Amino acid sequence: MAIFRFLVRRILTGIVVIWLVATGAFFLFFARPVATVAHQLAGRAATPQVINTVISNLGLNQPILVQYWHFIDNLLHGNLGFSYYTGESVNTMLKQDLPPTISLVIGGLVLWLVVGLSVGIISATRPRSLFDRTSSVAVLVGLSMPVFVVGELLILFVFVPLNKHGFTWIQTGYAGISQGVVTWAGHMILPWITLAAVQAAVYTRLTRGQLLDTLGEDYIRTARSKGLSERRVIYRHGVRAALTPVVSQLGVDVGQLLGGVIVVEAVFGLGGLGQTSVEAIYTDNLPVIIGFVVLAATFVVVANIIVDLVYALLDPRVRIA
Amino acid sequence: MSIGGIEVQGREAVAAEAFLDVANVEGRSQWQLTWRRLRQDKVAMASLAVIVIMVVLAIIAPAFVSITHHPPNFAYPNTGETVAGNPVGPGTAGFWLGTDGTGRDLFIRILYGARISLFVGFVTTAIGVLAGVSVGLIAGYFGGVVDTILARFTDAVLAFPYIVLALSLAVVIGPSLTVIIGVIAFFSWAAIARIVRGQTLSIKEKEYIEAARSLGAGPFRIMFLDILPNLLAPVLVIATLYIPTAVVFEATLSYLGLGIQPPTASWGNILSDAQNFYQVAWWYVVFPAAALLITTLAFNLLGDGIRDAMDPRTERVFAAGRGRRRRDTRRKLADDSGTVDMSRVAPSIPPAGSN
Amino acid sequence: MTVPLNANADVSGSADDDVLVRVENLVKYFPVRAGGLIQRTVGQVHAVDDVSLSIPRGKTLGLVGETGSGKSTLARCVAGLIPVTAGRVTFEGRDITNLSRRAMRPMRRSIQMIFQDPYSSLNPRRRVGAIIGDPFAIHKTATGSERKRQVQELMERVGLNPEHYNRFPAEFSGGQRQRIGVARALALRPLLIICDEPVSALDVSIQAQVLNLLADLQRDYGLTYLFIAHDLEVVRHVSDSVSVMYLGRIAEAGPKDNVYGSPRHPYTTALMSAAPAADPDTAASRQRIVLVGDVPSPIDPPSGCRFHPRCPKAQPLCSETEPQLEVKAGDPATHVTACHFPVKAGENLAAAGRSELS
Repeated sequence: MAIFRFLVRRILTGIVVIWLVATGAFFLFFARPVATVAHQLAGRAATPQVINTVISNLGLNQPILVQYWHFIDNLLHGNLGFSYYTGESVNTMLKQDLPPTISLVIGGLVLWLVVGLSVGIISATRPRSLFDRTSSVAVLVGLSMPVFVVGELLILFVFVPLNKHGFTWIQTGYAGISQGVVTWAGHMILPWITLAAVQAAVYTRLTRGQLLDTLGEDYIRTARSKGLSERRVIYRHGVRAALTPVVSQLGVDVGQLLGGVIVVEAVFGLGGLGQTSVEAIYTDNLPVIIGFVVLAATFVVVANIIVDLVYALLDPRVRIA
Repeated sequence: MSIGGIEVQGREAVAAEAFLDVANVEGRSQWQLTWRRLRQDKVAMASLAVIVIMVVLAIIAPAFVSITHHPPNFAYPNTGETVAGNPVGPGTAGFWLGTDGTGRDLFIRILYGARISLFVGFVTTAIGVLAGVSVGLIAGYFGGVVDTILARFTDAVLAFPYIVLALSLAVVIGPSLTVIIGVIAFFSWAAIARIVRGQTLSIKEKEYIEAARSLGAGPFRIMFLDILPNLLAPVLVIATLYIPTAVVFEATLSYLGLGIQPPTASWGNILSDAQNFYQVAWWYVVFPAAALLITTLAFNLLGDGIRDAMDPRTERVFAAGRGRRRRDTRRKLADDSGTVDMSRVAPSIPPAGSN
Repeated sequence: MTVPLNANADVSGSADDDVLVRVENLVKYFPVRAGGLIQRTVGQVHAVDDVSLSIPRGKTLGLVGETGSGKSTLARCVAGLIPVTAGRVTFEGRDITNLSRRAMRPMRRSIQMIFQDPYSSLNPRRRVGAIIGDPFAIHKTATGSERKRQVQELMERVGLNPEHYNRFPAEFSGGQRQRIGVARALALRPLLIICDEPVSALDVSIQAQVLNLLADLQRDYGLTYLFIAHDLEVVRHVSDSVSVMYLGRIAEAGPKDNVYGSPRHPYTTALMSAAPAADPDTAASRQRIVLVGDVPSPIDPPSGCRFHPRCPKAQPLCSETEPQLEVKAGDPATHVTACHFPVKAGENLAAAGRSELS
């Protein structure tokens, strides 16, 4: 039952964090002179009349705390407000943008974990081999590459030539699963590789380092001397221990993942949450941005809770804390 | 030679000199030893050379403007664009690396982009080091409530997705160089503070700190004279490894349009515009990308090299030709007693490529 | 010679005037914390539990004990490096217990410490001249070339080459590093030097050199030493009087010759029997008293006499009542032991059976 208490505590903390972030964003955006806010919302070329309409429609004249109260009230009902340009509810917009983002994140996550862990494990078990040295070089290069550069290079050297020669499976832009898994994958494969490339490098190095350290420990030597097969030694004992820092690194990365998602979506024109929010910046679409910020915070909090849970399952010492 | 006014010659002079040498030898400091080891590391030296060249090029960029007669923001729609309005390739019409989407000299723009990137990289890292070391040192040394508050705050900052903050600030203030430096510095100090705090905690337990306390030294004297010199080594490594992260931050923000705004050149916004010309102008992507990659790679390799030169026991990411696995040789090297263990330095800084 | 102290003695006004430092009923507990977000104290480590001792000027008190006996903790309490839970430390008659850092500062010129590990007690990033010059800098007693001169004088006095002023600790051997530590401690001409196992980490041949240096310095400068060690022979060599500590308490204390010649506490006797004897004949005929079991944890010390679980002479009384430090029959007034059934002269503990009490 310690796990249960643990979970409850984490969820409560998480809610507090989300609330703090929402509040922070709200005050950051709306606690400015009314005229500025209205001007921004109404659009750069708005006339004074339009601005006044905006002010009255949105109740920007009300005391800031009253506005805040409405905001929180809406939030609790799951209502993120309305976009001022299209009149669409932010909820609808974000919901539309969810599929590309989720496809990207899950695919990328799987890819980088698989590649990172396996290359890391193989490198650690064959240190100084050609494989190890090659992968070390690749890791170093991968660590140095900005995500969007990877994306652009992939488009330039993979997508463009392939398309020129009639091989059209790989495409930019997004196609939902409803259009066929193969098509979907064809659109997603380059984005996945892009998102995963740098992360895979990080995880490869991390796994390799942790595994090497673990394999040097005495209890591994004992296991070997007991006659356990090498494979068992590595996987049962070595990897298990090496996994915990990987999981905690995952927790840290989840937060930073958002940046990568936004960039990849921009490079490949996937039209997901990331791209929408960046566009919202250009158009000063405050509700959308706040919606995105709150959603992002929620995502980070949830992901962290999941990661913490996995960590607690892997490392019994943590559960008591 | 003369010793104390007496002339000494021949073999005696040689012997006398040797004796005096031994007597007068000043201890070689850690820095001198590190530099010697670093000098022998070809990869690190090459990276250092690359960085120096890059910095020099960035500084003398205006010179290249004089040579080519192409200012960075000046468009040449006639000579710099094809009939269809696309960029021209490298070598045409006096454009060394070709032009960009509006007919501006790509090479010059890359050079000016380097100025921005390197400036941001160095300045934000400097701010981060100053702030981060102070916070980490204070938190680690004083412990207790001070530490709890500072550490929690640092963790909160680290966990915060930078992009969200950048977005928000871009909305409120509008994108600019100041915003970029502010955002990046805001996160850099946290990454550095966390590591410095960890190192301080472990250094604090050493006996020579206790000895200093027993002499009556106050906390600030201990922090700056006893702990700080032991921190400089890992801090240097962290700083070197953080610069590429900062460079990439800036490039990414500019790429998204949240940073340096066109027409000012930044590698990020150059690469952003290059996306419109994939099919027709490969140079528009390749050259700025290469510039970015070479820069970050060079700093990463150099940082790795410095880390290795300071503590030869650590295993490098890329340590070709080192022979047997070093990990097993944990023997204390004579000049490493009390050295801070570098193997745990800088694993938690997001590497240059991730966001 | 130590003034005998009962565990509950009232010492005001009864001391000799030449006592330099006096420790009265010192208690130091470290809290054991557990719990996640909010830590609670779940136990205490009884590092030092009601210890009293005193050292006259110019003399050396040897404090012996195994690891975990609390002797290092005691040293640090006397030096004012860690706060005291209860009890008093007086220096030259002044109460210096738990003084604020500011108030303690002037005292630090008179009370210095030499540490055990020559490799970690000197900052590897600083030059030796700076390290030894630290006391001058901290207390602002000398600057610039005057400081350098004094430092080099000190270096010479402890047997180092003053030309090595600018070298780093890494360039010195272990014995030399300890000399550096001694020089540093000596800089401000302190009255009391607390030596925390100063030779334990050195090779035997070097130990003798450093010990001789310490003896010379004591003679030349009138120093008082609190000398902590676990090696009986070393303690015998340097001390005027000896206190034996076990699990945070004093088991036996007295002038060196008395304690070594006729130890009364079974623990002391066992320690002596375990010490290697130089004479092979004596060694062969000596019977080793082997103590059963490990040193218990100081978090939950045994009831009554703390030594009773391992004592070959233990009786039921031993697990019930804590013995007080008292003069035992036939001993001079300065030799005290805390034991219900002290070892009698000629008694052979190795042959003593273990009682049913375990």
